[in-house]
Amino acid sequence: MSPERTDIAVRCHGLVKRFADVVAVDGLDLEVRRGECFGLLGPNGAGKTTTIEILEGLTAPDAGEVEILGSHWTRDGRALRERLGISLQETQLTEKLTVGETVRLFRSFYENGRDPDAVLTQLSLDEKRDARVGKLSGGQKQRLAVACALVGDPELLFLDEPTTGLDPQSRLQLWEQVVDFRSRGGTILLTTHYMDEAERLCDRVAVVDRGKVIALGTPAELIGSLHAANVIEFSSEPELDEESLRALPGVTEPHRRGPSWWLPVGSLAETVPALLALVDRSGARLVNLSTHRSTLEDVFVSLTGRALREG
Amino acid sequence: MSTMSARERYSPLMELTASRMKEFLREPEAVFWVFLFPVLLAIALGLAFRSKGPDKIPVGVVETAREDAAAGRAVNALSASPALLARRFPAAEGREALRTGRISLLVEPGPPMVFHFDETRPDSRIARLEADDALQRAAGRKDALAVQSKRLTERGSRYIDFLIPGLLGMNLMGTGIWSIAFSVTTARNRRILKRLVATPMRKSHYLLAQILGRLMFLIPEVVVLVGAGWLFFDVGVKGSLALLFLVSLLGAMTFCGLGLLTGSRVNTIEGASGIANLIMLPMWLLSGVFFSSERFPDAVQPVINALPLTALNQALRGIMTEGYGIVGIAPQIAILTLWGIVSFAVALKIFRWR
Repeated sequence: MSPERTDIAVRCHGLVKRFADVVAVDGLDLEVRRGECFGLLGPNGAGKTTTIEILEGLTAPDAGEVEILGSHWTRDGRALRERLGISLQETQLTEKLTVGETVRLFRSFYENGRDPDAVLTQLSLDEKRDARVGKLSGGQKQRLAVACALVGDPELLFLDEPTTGLDPQSRLQLWEQVVDFRSRGGTILLTTHYMDEAERLCDRVAVVDRGKVIALGTPAELIGSLHAANVIEFSSEPELDEESLRALPGVTEPHRRGPSWWLPVGSLAETVPALLALVDRSGARLVNLSTHRSTLEDVFVSLTGRALREG
Repeated sequence: MSTMSARERYSPLMELTASRMKEFLREPEAVFWVFLFPVLLAIALGLAFRSKGPDKIPVGVVETAREDAAAGRAVNALSASPALLARRFPAAEGREALRTGRISLLVEPGPPMVFHFDETRPDSRIARLEADDALQRAAGRKDALAVQSKRLTERGSRYIDFLIPGLLGMNLMGTGIWSIAFSVTTARNRRILKRLVATPMRKSHYLLAQILGRLMFLIPEVVVLVGAGWLFFDVGVKGSLALLFLVSLLGAMTFCGLGLLTGSRVNTIEGASGIANLIMLPMWLLSGVFFSSERFPDAVQPVINALPLTALNQALRGIMTEGYGIVGIAPQIAILTLWGIVSFAVALKIFRWR
């Protein structure tokens, strides 16, 4: 029970999980500190859900060790569950029950928890208290899922793809909940394939691909690791070759993305004029050109050569 | 205000049971099948097989000409029998009527009189005996022996008296198996089970709530069916009402176990229906719901008697129509208990939570 030990909310080491013919998790290590919001960022099929379900004690790993809030699933599962709030990917709840009945039911499973009505108020579900779950919109359902996760007054919240498929307003509402929970001292582990979500919410992010952590750090650190504050995306006819792009000032690693080139650069002012001159010199025609500030998406592309949403 | 509600005690078992009941009651179809359908079935069957005395058997008489005197005499003679309903037919039409079953016997006035009939049809054989008797009497035969018939139409011996306990047993089986198997399969399919086991909920509470939720409907179920039988058909309960209820409770619990077993591993409603039908269909046929199971060959009787629905139906009938006490139905109680315990134990062992 060293102080360092209790600082860690989630620790796993060497996790492996195989399904019939795929290795979903392939020797994954993680450490989530108490009080932080930690994100697992990766494309669909990267092994995020399998990982989080192992950490939630719902799936047994083939190999590796898991420690949650200083306890182990094998030793003290039920006591541990009292301290966790879980929202599964696309949680479905009993459609014939009302919102109020559902939250009350989940409240009854916990020794100590919050007042169901207060949780409904917090998630702006007051007006829907007597509505059947089956009649809710996607955003309302997801808020209800989070309400069920919060009603046990957890120390640690697991959210698996909390905003997938939601409209922008519902996403913002859920983001507020995450920020609020963290500001009260709670710890959050969430998975997402939205880079903006990870950037907005997470103190630290583990980029996951093919069952492994391929990068770890704060969003700023990860973006900084590109050594390029900006990204130029462009396409031309005929296409330019990689050799001549590498020769441009400020360009180190051009990537192909479909019909476009993707160039991380330090300074747009330095590279853009040189690129336009190159297009002109080669007798090519510019089809389109856009620039943006580097994001976690660009980190993923530079690490894997693929886009997050391509999977 | 919030401090007061924060102090509120929550019972997970009660909440789970209440949820289960609400889920059921908010499904109008389920309410129909459990409460209304058996009553409608009892009324329909009770009317179809009501004791109104035996039907007259239709017989035909061949007429060779328009005003055939021989045929006329035969029809009159046959009509004297309370069991027969005689009509004239031209020869070809009469054969056709016999062949298609519209009449059971065709008489060709002789001499000699000729009876056309199908020996494999019981109604034909009866018609043949009745017709012979009626025609011989008309020709002057006298009884050599005096006989007197007494008909049996007592309460307790009618078809509806047989049917009501059978329908009750069938309903207890159907409700137990369908409701529990569907509920847990749906919860698994929609990953609600997985979400529940991610909380500190005790698994035993969930399973117990399934059973309690189902048993809450037992009293209305028994009252509705037995009440309808009594109200519409004067079907009484000879034995103890309390024992009838206790046996219904035991039967309901046994079939809850089988329902849990049915839904213990499948992931789709289709899969659950398949297994449920596999379990229930044979019992609908074999276990004496609509007709006595003793009609099946002796060799298979031990198997049929070991089925839970047979045991339940025999016990219910024993109480309702024979007035048996607990001793009289002890073997059936033992069979039901054994089925219940074994199916619960296996279901708990193999139950899949995700």
